Amino acid sequence: MSNLSKLQQVLDSGQFAVTAEIGPPKHSSPEGIRHHAEMMRDYVDATNITDNQTAIVRMSSIAAGAHVLGCGIEPIVQMTCRDRNRIAMQSDLLGAYSLGMRNVLCLSGDHQKFGNHPMAKNVYDIDSMQLIDNLRRMRDEKMFFSGDAIKESEPQFFIGAVANPFADPFEFRVDRLEKKVNAGAQFIQTQCIFDMERFERFMEMVRERGIDQRVHILAGVTPMKSWKAASYMQNNVSGMIVPNELVERLKNAEDPKREGLDICIEQIKYIKENVKGVHGVHIMAIAWEEVVPEIVEKSGLYPRPKVG
Amino acid sequence: MIVAQQKPINDIAQMINDCKKVLFVGCAGCVTVCLAGGEKETEVMASAMRIKRTLENNPLEAITYTCTRQCDPEYIASLDNVVKDVDAIVSLACGVGVQYLAERFKDKWVVPALDTKFIGGSTVHGVWEEKCGLCGECILHRTGGICPIIRCSKSILNGPCGGSQYGKCEVNKDIDCAWQLIYDRMKALGKLDKLMEIQPPKDWSKSRDGGPRKAIREDVMIDE
Amino acid sequence: MPEFEPKIVAFCCRYCAYTAADLAGSMRLQYSPNIRVVEMPCSGTIEHGVILNAFEKGADGVYIAGCNLGDCHFLKGNVRAIKRVAAVKKVLDEIGLGGDRLEFFHVPASEGTKFAKVANDMTERIRQLGPSPLNKSAAGNAKKEGGQTA
Repeated sequence: MSNLSKLQQVLDSGQFAVTAEIGPPKHSSPEGIRHHAEMMRDYVDATNITDNQTAIVRMSSIAAGAHVLGCGIEPIVQMTCRDRNRIAMQSDLLGAYSLGMRNVLCLSGDHQKFGNHPMAKNVYDIDSMQLIDNLRRMRDEKMFFSGDAIKESEPQFFIGAVANPFADPFEFRVDRLEKKVNAGAQFIQTQCIFDMERFERFMEMVRERGIDQRVHILAGVTPMKSWKAASYMQNNVSGMIVPNELVERLKNAEDPKREGLDICIEQIKYIKENVKGVHGVHIMAIAWEEVVPEIVEKSGLYPRPKVG
Repeated sequence: MIVAQQKPINDIAQMINDCKKVLFVGCAGCVTVCLAGGEKETEVMASAMRIKRTLENNPLEAITYTCTRQCDPEYIASLDNVVKDVDAIVSLACGVGVQYLAERFKDKWVVPALDTKFIGGSTVHGVWEEKCGLCGECILHRTGGICPIIRCSKSILNGPCGGSQYGKCEVNKDIDCAWQLIYDRMKALGKLDKLMEIQPPKDWSKSRDGGPRKAIREDVMIDE
Repeated sequence: MPEFEPKIVAFCCRYCAYTAADLAGSMRLQYSPNIRVVEMPCSGTIEHGVILNAFEKGADGVYIAGCNLGDCHFLKGNVRAIKRVAAVKKVLDEIGLGGDRLEFFHVPASEGTKFAKVANDMTERIRQLGPSPLNKSAAGNAKKEGGQTA
């Protein structure tokens, strides 16, 4: 088993990376995950495995990651700070590494209020910044979060983090991204981009400070099935900005699904050609995983480079 | 101060349903200031309870007493004679007061009339807000005097998270994003660079995660 | 069994309702003898406990009469009284006595007729509701008491 993350190899060799997302099921069968993994296998460099996204109980991201790995795709294990204290986090991370997982994406996690267990206690023993910092220390300084030595086989994760250019305060978003890079983030996946103008302003500030030289930024994109989905995201999902023009374009389309895919492909092409400092794209086809191969192909990102 | 709110009157009534004589004990501390369990509220509750029980043909003898504080042994000592023939004690103090009464009056059925909510202060008359998370190790000097432990829904120390938009928290549009407030204030003070320091994980052992806490001042303890 | 004569306590602000009661008297207006008027420096001085106390002592109905909105001598006393009455109504509903037995009315000083109307209306309302279970002498009590300002 290679010690190096394939995603890291693609990015470090300067190639435009493609990642996608697989949401684990709300049951115990791996069939669906395997199906999606096999379908995406040749089209993406790695897939994020979400960690109880929107605080809805799903199969564990590490267990689901093991199924994905078995299908020959590299998983990016998401780990939120909502559900585990520092003991559980480290234990799970050691386990994930032992199963061959090499990428971890550190995030705060959606508040449990949005999920199907709003009465749950949230943990937030440590925050995403501290998780990144401590994962780096585990790898580079061979230390547990407590400072105790890891005597052998320390996990050497490729550490990812998220950035949301659409949250506030806007200027501080770049500061916070830099802070995450200082903490040890090696790749960044952004929140879904619909407001391209704001994303470009964000990237301009990122480039001014040279942050793009220190971290691989993957731009998040999401194909939308209908104007209703777009309007829902516009009004009900926190930390998102969906411009009205986009909603209108889907509303007026004869085949909204086709239009949604076309918009997404246009966005990817635009970002790849015009937004400097972006090293890849992260496709979040929420509950629409089957369209990922087509998006990749039509965006001119197929075939994927062979590494490792 | 500790902010508490009265439980629904029928819930309290249920707790003392089979008692004939009940002592309602108010507290002149925090719960008087937050208008939940002071002398007036205690009288009103006793009166309402008497009326209710009369209507149910199950008359109740309700007496009242308001302590200076229920969280100090010397102030509840004055209840010793009052409690003698009561079947139950209803405390209109915070959870501390209820426990002090239960501990002192071991043979009495002691029940809470309030839900103890948080520590905070009033913004306008009749509105109280949570301000302190009792974490045991104050960090307000690093966050511009705004507490992220209790005012951020995720207690994030290196915020704001991606859910902060238009100054509001993702959890509810009525909640200010504590980290937006921290950012604004640090910016106004010219101290934004402080926010670039990675705040290390918190030592929660100083909070309740270390077990029930005690504070001791040897120099003021009275020798027996 | 004689017709039920309710016992009603009317807390009246001296700047409006109480003066209106005087006026009603000067105008030789007839109004329900069932009310007992208590003079208040302002309707806003009413307290939750005082209202409940009246009911505990056997009042079949209670009302607070204050100035029109904007006319309070102390600016907002009547607004506060209205909120307190609403809170106590809720308690009365919860404990089963019923919030209908309590009301707030605006009675300006210049309206002796309105004073009389409010007294009559409230008496009729309480008569319909019947005696309070806490009233130990529910019947035949209107003849010898009340009907005049205190």
